[in-house]
Amino acid sequence: MTEFLRLDLPALLAAILAGGTCGLLGSFLVLRRESLLGDALSHAVLPGIVVGFALTGLRSAGPMLLGALAAALLATFAIGWVKRVARLETGAATGLVFTGFFASGLVLLEVTGARGADLDVDCVLFGQLETLVWLEAQGWASLLDPAALASLPRQLGLLASVALVAGLVVALCWRPLQLVAFDPAFAASLGMRVGRWELALNLLIAAAAVAAFESVGSILVVAMLVCPAVALRLMTDRYRVQVLGGAALGAGLGAAGVLLAGPIPAALGLTASLNAAGLIGTLAGFVVAGCLIARQRPAVGDARS
Amino acid sequence: MTAPFSVSGLNVSYAGRPALRDVTWQAAQGLTAILGPNGAGKSTLLKAALGLIPADSGEARFFGLPLEQARPRIAYLPQRASVDWDFPASALDIVAMARLPRMRWWGSVPRAEREIARAALGSVGLAEFADRQIGRLSGGQQQRVFLARALAQGADLFLMDEPLAAVDAVTEQTILAVLHDLARKGKSVLMVHHDLSLITAHFDQVLILAGHVVAAGPVAEAFTDAAIAQAFGGLPGRS
Amino acid sequence: MIGHNTLVVLLGCAALGAASGVVGAFALLRGRALLADAIGHAALPGVVGASLIMAGFGGPARSLGPLLLGAALSAWLGLLALRALTASGRIRPDAAIGVVLSAFYALGTVGLSIAQAMPDAAQAGLSHFILGQAATLNESDAMLAGGLALACIGVVAALFQPLRALCFDEAFARSRGLPVRALDLGLLALLLAVCVAGLPAVGLLLVVALLIVPAAGARLVTRGLPAMVVVAGVLGAAAGASGALISTRFENIPTGAAVVLAGLLGFGATVIFSRR
Repeated sequence: MTEFLRLDLPALLAAILAGGTCGLLGSFLVLRRESLLGDALSHAVLPGIVVGFALTGLRSAGPMLLGALAAALLATFAIGWVKRVARLETGAATGLVFTGFFASGLVLLEVTGARGADLDVDCVLFGQLETLVWLEAQGWASLLDPAALASLPRQLGLLASVALVAGLVVALCWRPLQLVAFDPAFAASLGMRVGRWELALNLLIAAAAVAAFESVGSILVVAMLVCPAVALRLMTDRYRVQVLGGAALGAGLGAAGVLLAGPIPAALGLTASLNAAGLIGTLAGFVVAGCLIARQRPAVGDARS
Repeated sequence: MTAPFSVSGLNVSYAGRPALRDVTWQAAQGLTAILGPNGAGKSTLLKAALGLIPADSGEARFFGLPLEQARPRIAYLPQRASVDWDFPASALDIVAMARLPRMRWWGSVPRAEREIARAALGSVGLAEFADRQIGRLSGGQQQRVFLARALAQGADLFLMDEPLAAVDAVTEQTILAVLHDLARKGKSVLMVHHDLSLITAHFDQVLILAGHVVAAGPVAEAFTDAAIAQAFGGLPGRS
Repeated sequence: MIGHNTLVVLLGCAALGAASGVVGAFALLRGRALLADAIGHAALPGVVGASLIMAGFGGPARSLGPLLLGAALSAWLGLLALRALTASGRIRPDAAIGVVLSAFYALGTVGLSIAQAMPDAAQAGLSHFILGQAATLNESDAMLAGGLALACIGVVAALFQPLRALCFDEAFARSRGLPVRALDLGLLALLLAVCVAGLPAVGLLLVVALLIVPAAGARLVTRGLPAMVVVAGVLGAAAGASGALISTRFENIPTGAAVVLAGLLGFGATVIFSRR
């Protein structure tokens, strides 16, 4: 059992927190018809993370998060600017900006030597769930031992904080978020500052992308943001089910990916252990495909929420 | 009595092209139709007055007050168009959104607010559709849901952007009945309208726009063939 | 000094950039440029799968032809998945692109973790397909990719008039009896071919930039489609060649990143130029 606590529990918790937070916030991206921003923000935060890392050394979530949020903010404005000066549609402008940010992030990674620290290209591309371990765990009692808990991987602290903030924001702003997503013009006529709401939501999503980034990498964050929300879009007409279901599905996919990464290849007679982050994204794809097939049957029932 | 709505010296432009030039106008209480050809700036007037698009100069007043102070007394019905009809929300959810400024942001909708929303849905003849997802309603029913949302705001002045465009006969009758009901209760309505029918039978005043004010006043005085010809470029009687 | 091999690689990357610019110009005007993002990511499981199959048969694990074939096949599957999602009427294209690119990429990384455990290191070099590494290309690889790119330019030249009608006025194209569906499919096939040809040098993550950036820049400084296509091709070729040159000089810099930044520099120049 100690083995489970030391080697599996940290990755499991990280995947559940990352999947749950991204699944929760992803619904708002999809409902606002801004799914592309998930892709953009998760790539655009890279230079911010690298600079935050390089300026302050290592091992601290604060500067990384600040750098990433600054990069996300910059990217959001850059998209608007490119749309204006180059008269491009949103999709193309977004593609232009986020690839530029991501490319500069990759170059910065090499130039600043952040590579030497925890942060390397492999983490960006494949995540590093497997490297999250809790060696101080001596048994279940360690879960109550502050000294042992303090040695949990620091990624978990950031993930848990962002999950808490995201959960609180969504719970406390439950109806304004629905209105801003559904009918921003009407929301504005009620006196809501729609632009600020959207910016705040985007920054929250960027924070979730950064927190999840360290566990699952830049690209698989996109799977966590978009896939659960899309699966629920195919299955429900209720706001409550869409948002809470997205969070639950994301968390469940996270858990399933970590728990199955060992047993699946073993059952196939392979010696390898699968990339857990990749498995999460793969399972998410299968779930969306399943929902798509299930939807082909005529839908029944009315909306209520 | 202060006018429910007035603008003075309003100028609005899109990307350097003027859409409204020096509009100064005062609405009287009752039902007002805002008329004009495409691109005359009818919707622009409402949006600029509500601060949804920036104005180059000029100001709008509601009951003699600036927008921020008068907001609780104003309801806006946007042009039916750009919302996502697949959005996971029922007709009742949509109408309840109108009550957002008056209720807490979390938890379930309080019973009293829910009843107000239900009553608004009932007044547009959709009581039995309260729990239906909006995409599963007909176009006319969807339009009535949005009217119910405006009604649920409990406002004294209603700004409506083409609520009668492309709706079925039942919806048109319902909307007109609601308008008269509002007028009876002493409320005011400014409605952007796309054609010239219904005006004499249903409205008290008109504002005829063509980038600037062509004519304004009681229907009997301002709704003249000359004004229409001037605004629509010699196409009187356009249906 | 530039050696013979490097010169061939540079020329290959220039051809690739030119083809991306040319095809990207049409894709941008037709609103399809972002599909390249889905295509690029969706190619990964095909690359890994082809490599695993070849290793299974004891063949050479890293022969470019079969890898690119695998890439094209799985990218095509990705496009089919995309169409199935949007055909549901519930999922908008941008969300569908997000699902396809992330889920296919995820599947590819799972495959990579299997390949890594293979005794003969079947995965050696496969991760270059993600970020691109022009320096590792040999002469025949560069010629294969470059040749594919030149073929795409040839197809565009042959179909120039119908493609132009498609991009500017679909209704007009229909009224002239042009097969709009087939042309759209052809444009998609070109997009796919360019993306796949670009994988080994530019990498799947950033290949989308090569389709958007030169075309967006060219549109700013030209009037009329022929000029735009030519300028996009030139900007693309310059980005491809200079990016490859940078990454052969500084080996740690992935080619994909260098190409994108070079392309954006060119884009910035067109922005400044267009404001004069």
